[in-house]
This record gives sequence, C-alpha cells and structure tokens, in this order.
Amino acid sequence: MIPLSWYIVLSAALFTIGVVGVLTRRNVFIILMSIELMLNAANINLVAFSHYLQSLTGQVFVIFVITVAAAEAAVALAIIILLARNRGSVYVDEFNIMKG
Amino acid sequence: MLKYALIPLLPFTGFLIAGLLGKYLKEKSAYVAIAGVVGAFFLSLSAFLDVLGGTIVNENLYSWISVGTFQANVGFQIDQLTAVMLLVVTTLSSLIHIYSVGYMHGDKGYARFFAYLNLFTFFMLVLVMANNFLLMFVGWEGVGLCSYLLIGFWYEKKSAADAGVKAFVVNRVGDFGFVLAMLLIFLTFGTLHFADVFKAVATPAANHSYSLFGGEISVITLIALLLFLGATGKSAQLPLYVWLPDAMEGPTPVSALIHAATMVTAGVFMVARCAPIFSLSPVAMNTVAIVGALTAVFAATIGLVQNDIKRVIAYSTISQLGYMFLALGVGAFSAGIFHLTTHAFFKGLLFLASGSVIHALSGEQDMRKMGALKSKIKITHMVFIIGSLALAGIFPFAGFFSKDEILWSAYNASLLGRVLWVLGLTAALMTAFYSFRLIYLTFYGKSRINHDVEHHVHESPRVMTVPLMILAFFSVVIGWIGIPGAIMPNANLFGDFLAPLFPHVEHVAAESHWLELGLMMLSVLVALAGIRGAYTWYVKNPARPDYWADKFKGAYTLLLNKYRVDEFYNYIFVDGLVHKLAKFLYTVGDVKIIDGFLNWSAAAIGRTSEQGRKLQTGYVQQYAFTMGLGLVVLVGLYYILR
Repeated sequence: MIPLSWYIVLSAALFTIGVVGVLTRRNVFIILMSIELMLNAANINLVAFSHYLQSLTGQVFVIFVITVAAAEAAVALAIIILLARNRGSVYVDEFNIMKG
Repeated sequence: MLKYALIPLLPFTGFLIAGLLGKYLKEKSAYVAIAGVVGAFFLSLSAFLDVLGGTIVNENLYSWISVGTFQANVGFQIDQLTAVMLLVVTTLSSLIHIYSVGYMHGDKGYARFFAYLNLFTFFMLVLVMANNFLLMFVGWEGVGLCSYLLIGFWYEKKSAADAGVKAFVVNRVGDFGFVLAMLLIFLTFGTLHFADVFKAVATPAANHSYSLFGGEISVITLIALLLFLGATGKSAQLPLYVWLPDAMEGPTPVSALIHAATMVTAGVFMVARCAPIFSLSPVAMNTVAIVGALTAVFAATIGLVQNDIKRVIAYSTISQLGYMFLALGVGAFSAGIFHLTTHAFFKGLLFLASGSVIHALSGEQDMRKMGALKSKIKITHMVFIIGSLALAGIFPFAGFFSKDEILWSAYNASLLGRVLWVLGLTAALMTAFYSFRLIYLTFYGKSRINHDVEHHVHESPRVMTVPLMILAFFSVVIGWIGIPGAIMPNANLFGDFLAPLFPHVEHVAAESHWLELGLMMLSVLVALAGIRGAYTWYVKNPARPDYWADKFKGAYTLLLNKYRVDEFYNYIFVDGLVHKLAKFLYTVGDVKIIDGFLNWSAAAIGRTSEQGRKLQTGYVQQYAFTMGLGLVVLVGLYYILR
C-alpha cells in the first residue's frame, strides 16, 4: 500500500514543474502543455484523496476536469493557430503590444 | 371653475398650435392665435358679469407644491380687481392681435410672433388671476420672458437683441426684491395665499421688526418696500425704468400690448393687489407716491426732446405709470387702477397709431423725417389726435377723468400730497406739450420725408385701422365709467365697483366740490397751455425750438441724452461692478483656483500613472509570475499572522 503522502509529493512536484514551465518557457505550445501538467497534478491529488477517503466524489471531479481540459486545449490550440498565422511566431515574449 | 381655467388656457392652446405647427400653418397661425385670445375675451366678459352679479371666486385647482408646511396651489381668484384686469388684458390683446395681422404681414417670423403674443397673454392672465404670490410670480416671470422674446423679435438686429437682454437683466433686479418679499411673507405668515396673508397682516404676527442698517424697520414696511422694488422693475419706475425706452426695438404691436397696456402695468396691479399690506405702512406708501410723482416728471422731461416717435410715447408711458403709482401711494387705489384702464386704451391706441405711421413711411421712426402727413393718412391722424387728447387729459376724453381723480386724491391726501400734486400738474403740462409736439411734427408743418419714401405713403389696411378706430372709441368713452362726484353725483361706477377691495378712503366733504371743479379746470387749462405751446413752437414758428435748444444747449443735450442715466449705469454697474467683478472672478476665481486645482490634480495623476504604466510590460508571463508571487505572499501572511 503506497501511502497518501507519496501521491501528494508527486502531485506537488508535477504542479511545480507546470508552474515553472508556464512562467519560463517562451514557446506557447510548451506553456500549454505545462498548464495540462498542472491540471493533471490536481487530478492526481483528487484521485489520491478519493481513494484515501473511500469516496467516489473526487473521481467524478476528475472526469469533469479532464473534459474541461480537453475543451480548453481545443480553444487554446485554435488561438495559437491564429496567433501563429497573424504574427508568424509562437514565442510569447514577442507578443507585448499591450504594454503600457 | 372650468370656465375660469379656460381663460388662460385658450391662449396657451393657441400658443402651442401656432408655435409647434407654425411652420405648416404659416399665415393661418394668426387665426388660431386670434381665436384663442378672442375666446379668452368672451370668457373674461362672462367672468366680469359674474363678478358684477356678486360671484367672487377664490378656488384652488390643484395642489402644486407641498413641502413641509409650505403649500402652493394653482388657484384662481376672480374678484373685482381681477375682473377689470381680465377685461383690459383680453380686449387690448384681441385688438392688437388683429392689428398685427396687417402690421406683421410678410414677416418671416409671422407664426412665431403670434405664438409669442399668445404665450404672453397666457402668462399675463395667470398673473392677474393668481390667488397666491407664487403663482403670480410665475405669470410675472412669464410675461418678462415673453417681453424679452418679443423685444428681441428681430434678433438679427444687434440693437434689438441687446435691448431684450437689457430688459431682462434690469427686471431681474426688481424680481430680486419680489422674491425676497415672498420669502419674508412666508417667513412671517407661513403662507403665500393672498387671502390668508391679508388676513394675517392685521394680527400680532405682523408686529415684528428687524434692525437694518442701524434702524428699526417693521416687517410690513420691509415686505412692502421689497414688493415695490419688484414693481419698479416691471413697471419701469425710477431707478429701474431704463429698459423700457430700449424695448421700443420690438415690433410696434408688442410695444402697444406689452410695453404700454398690460405688462408694465403689472407692477401697479401687484401693488393694488397688495393694498392691505401697503396701506399698513405709511413709509412704503410715501415711497410709492414719491417715486411715482418723480418718475412722472422725470420721464416727461425726457419725452420733451426725443426725436424717435416711439420713444416719445415710451417716455410718456413711464410718466403715466408714475401717475398710477402716485395714486396708489396716496391711498387712491381705485384711481390708480382706473388710470391703468384708461391708459391701456389710449396708450395702446397711440402705439398702434404710431405703428401705422411707421408702416406708412416704410419703417421710418424719426420725427425729423416726417411732417405734413395729415391729409395722406387721415384715419391715423384722427385717431392719433383722439389718443393724444386723452393722454393730455382734455375733457371729456378718457385721460381727463382718471388723471384728475389722481391729482385730486393727491391734493387731498396730505401735505406731501400737495407737493406731489404740483409735480403731477407739471408733468401734465409737459405731457400735453410733448404729445402735441409729436402730432405737429408728424402730421403738420412742411414735409421732411425722404423723396423715395414719399411716393409710397399710404393708409394702413382695414385690418389695422379698424382696431385703431375701436380703441379710439374707447379712448373717448372709457373715462365715463368713472365720472367724479363733483361733476355728477354717484356716477363713479368704477370706483364703486372696486371699493369693496380697498381700504376705505375718507370721502371729502361736499363743500370741496367747488375746489375739485376748480382744480379740474386748472389742470385742463394747464393741458391746453401745453398744447398751445406746442402749436406756437412747432407749427407757427418752427425756428423757435432750434433757437431755444441753442440757447440752453447744456440742458437740451442733457435731456436729449436722457440725463445720461444709461451711461451712468454703464459706468457704475456694467463697467465698474460687473466687469471688474467678472474680471476678478475670472483671473482669481476661475483661472487660479478652479483651473489651478483641476490642472494640478490632473497633472498629479498624470505623474503617478507615468510611473505606474511601467509595471505593465505586456509580457503575460510576468503578470502570471506576479500573480503567483502575490498568492504566495498572501497565503504566507495568512499563516504567519494567524
């Protein structure tokens, strides 16, 4: 039996990797992937607690999160395609026209 | 009640139709306007007969303002005074509306003109019918507005637009007094309804007094003086008369209706309406009488030398209004209203007739460019003479009865009254002189008309001459409703009709009838002397005026320049007070304080945001990082401070 803390550590590690990826990478695809990473870190947490508490509610949530993540990925990819088409680039540091 | 409410509402409907649909109705708008006013005339006639039959109405239509203890209603009071005013206003207004059809023919503001005239009639009727001070004030301001609109009717002309503004501004000074008086009345009596106020003036509530400028002044005197300040503005008395001569820039029917017959008499009406207040304050009464008598003489002297036909009549109006105030001031309220009535007819006639002269001469108003018009415009000439005889106070024309009643009341009133009687008699001499100077210069002597104009001289159309003849008829007979007891006993119908309204004035014993008759003869003789003087100066010996003008050059120029009162007011108030104050407020108040504060705060915000905008780099990742950092800090703080 793997203890709960292992799952939590794994989830925290994954989440941290996601945050760092979002904050530091230039490529918008990698940022998107990092976001997925963060979402799945949360999913692991949910499943772990669901198992630990012997309640299925958490797992139902996970299914919702996966659905939302899929939809979000579709929208995000569409935006990225438009960005790439209009600006000829997928590097976020080149998109700073909204600066003050 | 509906009948009474319709009296002002008919002209108002006319105003709405002529004003809103004037573009489509064009010439027809005049008929709408006339229908409204004539309808009001017939209703007024019926209201007058009701009052004659003893029905006095004082009813509220609806509650207008109700705040705390303050109550103001829209309500009408139809008593003897109102009935007289209703008849005067609607009769004159109807005739002048009809006259205007001819006079304003072809003007591009035709429909607008009739709309304004109707609106004016509406407000004037509200003024005379109101049963409380506030509603009266609505009418009071409304007629002022219409006066402004109509003086500046030909607004492309700068002098006309300026004259409108002048009238409006000078009237504000008077209205300021009226408003203060209303506040004081409400403060003292807790109501603005005439009936309640007049009941309360005799109670101890009115025994209050204020110390003002180091002296004691009773509240009644203060109220009366403030009301009178309002009256001097509206009725063009010293020192606020300056707007009326300039008001002659408006079309002549306007001068006749507003600036001779009705609106300018609103002050007289108001003082008469407030007779219960005034008669309790000898100070205020004397002020009214003195201001009236001085104005009568003062304006008459200016009228002696003016060359513009309408201005002569305008100064004469000021002078006659002075007579009315003189009457009110010596306690002869019904004599004042009687003179108001007769004056409305003969002065309306004189203005309309001068309009007819101006019309005949294609717009010429300068009497030095007239002359010998007698045979060319016969009807105008005839009615002009009738009007002038009435104005001069020759027996048995209308002015004789009313003017002599005033002079007789003044003579009888007090020692002060005797002095004022002398002033009144002097004014009567000058009145006769300048009105016949006007006639001789215009209709007699040699023609000094421009050659081009002379070909086109023509009598006015029937639509103008018929109202003139009707007014001329009234100028002869209207005085007969107030024949003094000395000539025929119990024939002063007018005085008896109004008697219930006003404080009782002692009737002078029968022995003095001979004195009264003698004084009448004297004033008629004085008037005849004035006419005779005008004849020798302007017909027999036309070189004489110039000779005397040359000899007394200083006095003559002073009169010609109207005592330089306009220049004086300009120097003191417009340049001195207003411009200097305005400049101070502009440079210090506006530029330094208001602009300074706004500019400073705008600059401060600008400087702050100049720094702040650097935070917004446009890099999404920085924002996300800041948000994350903020979250960490907040959660950290939560754990630390828990």
